Amino acid sequence: MTTTLSPVTIDSPPFDLEKIRADFPILNQTINGKPLVYLDNAASSQKPRQVIEAVSHYYLTSHANVHRGIHTLSQRATDLYEAAREKVRALLNARSSKEIIFVRGATEAINLVAHSFGHAHLQPGDEILVTEMEHHANIVPWQMIAAERGATVIPVPMNESGELIMSEFYRLLSPKTKMVAVVHVSNALGTINPVAEIIAEAKRRGIPTLVDGCQTVPHQAVDVQALGADFFAFSGHKLYAPTGIGILYGREEILSQLPPYQGGGDMIDRVSFSGTTYNDLPFKFEAGTPDIAGAIGLGAAIDYIHSIGYEAIGAWEKALLDYATQRVLEIEGVRIVGTAREKSSVLSLFVEGTHPSDLGSILDQEGVAVRTGHHCAQPVMQHFCVPATLRASFAFINTKTEVDRFIQALQKAIRMCR
Amino acid sequence: MNEIEQAQNEIVEEFEDCLDWEDRYQRIIDYGKQHPDIPDEFKVEKYRVKGCQSTVYLHAELDGERVKLQATSDALIVKGLVSLLLRVYNNRRPEEILASPPDFVQKIGLSQNLSQGRANGLASMIQQVQLYAQAFTILRKAQQQGGSQHV
Repeated sequence: MTTTLSPVTIDSPPFDLEKIRADFPILNQTINGKPLVYLDNAASSQKPRQVIEAVSHYYLTSHANVHRGIHTLSQRATDLYEAAREKVRALLNARSSKEIIFVRGATEAINLVAHSFGHAHLQPGDEILVTEMEHHANIVPWQMIAAERGATVIPVPMNESGELIMSEFYRLLSPKTKMVAVVHVSNALGTINPVAEIIAEAKRRGIPTLVDGCQTVPHQAVDVQALGADFFAFSGHKLYAPTGIGILYGREEILSQLPPYQGGGDMIDRVSFSGTTYNDLPFKFEAGTPDIAGAIGLGAAIDYIHSIGYEAIGAWEKALLDYATQRVLEIEGVRIVGTAREKSSVLSLFVEGTHPSDLGSILDQEGVAVRTGHHCAQPVMQHFCVPATLRASFAFINTKTEVDRFIQALQKAIRMCR
Repeated sequence: MNEIEQAQNEIVEEFEDCLDWEDRYQRIIDYGKQHPDIPDEFKVEKYRVKGCQSTVYLHAELDGERVKLQATSDALIVKGLVSLLLRVYNNRRPEEILASPPDFVQKIGLSQNLSQGRANGLASMIQQVQLYAQAFTILRKAQQQGGSQHV
């Protein structure tokens, strides 16, 4: 499907925004007496009615355990669950649905890879290359397996804009590098990293790659084959799906050679006390009863995203980010943390003479929900010498009026704290 | 009425003329601005109260029968609340501290700052003050000879 969009500006959204917002019942409420302005989308997105209804319809009509039953409901639940897997496959343009593993979230996906890959391949002295702007979920699992295997986790540094220093990436790659694990879009800074270039170079040297795509899939189309990554992880709840469901994409060739992460039901072929053989992909990595309802909700969320289209979503979110950036810079003493040329819809701020948590508390009184803190990326805060930042993160459901409300509330908060 | 309850009542009275949340927050912020700093030797990891968003440092010692508290935060609203908590709990007997929860926080309409979800270290600070009080009670029972004791 191709759509032609007229130029998108902050005054002309590429879709009927009011109609879209009506799909999100949670938005229609007041917080502390003020209409809610939800600008914490990067932490977790809100859920459209279509997702909530898919989950509730599943429980009302089709729930049973998957892959086990001879009865009709079990078959129905299995069909719905596997249909959701196919939707994820199509979303990422993976070659096969065997490459799509349902997990709890990106955190579990990365722990799975660190554990299974680490036990199969890491040796003392090996190195795992990450970046300075990783979420803790793409640092700590690697540190844990590195400690166990005698390997080291090395970060690629970034510059003052929050962009990776690519010459350092090339310099740090070595024969000791056994994995390159990078975030595509930084949750703390909004930086879009040149993952295609990173993957191409790692591939040229025969080093496996993992991409943390949590902040990518809500905003732009992903083609894992074109990207060439061996692993790609994301969380459903940032993509308008329920919490507790996420995806690990892994190239079939590499996944089939990895040992399982957890043992239990569904992941086995035959079990006996003399030995157990494992099930085929993707089930080898899905021990126990999965989050069936969550997977179905994720499928519905993907349908919802397609009904709007990534092109329109990206264009509107860019308009929101550009407008918010321009407005916020009108305020004296505001420093934007993360000014990369390629940015996604995250605006991280530090205001001289104030503490982000004070500003966030006052914004909450004004009905504006933002995130304050280190965004689970403490090395980023250390790099920019701030204790924390205030982060407004936008989604296509946000409006120009909401950006204005955010700016007004921020001005008021700064006035009160100075 | 013990000293802690008295101090709490005074604070509640001070906030009675606040018209709205803005008034209340502004007053808390002003208390935060006026709050005296604590010695640098207390602003170290050992005295940090765990909380995700802002940092609270709390130092406690037993001086005779009374608990001496020194505390601060890097965020103003939290620092303001810290200063109120010190008005209530500083220089009190440990058993009184244990018997008197900080009801004033709710009465002046700031209870959301105490929820765990806020993760601003304030709930942890109150817990910490109570733990110190508990420890000092045990210590005093064990020793019964006075003097200044550090924990």
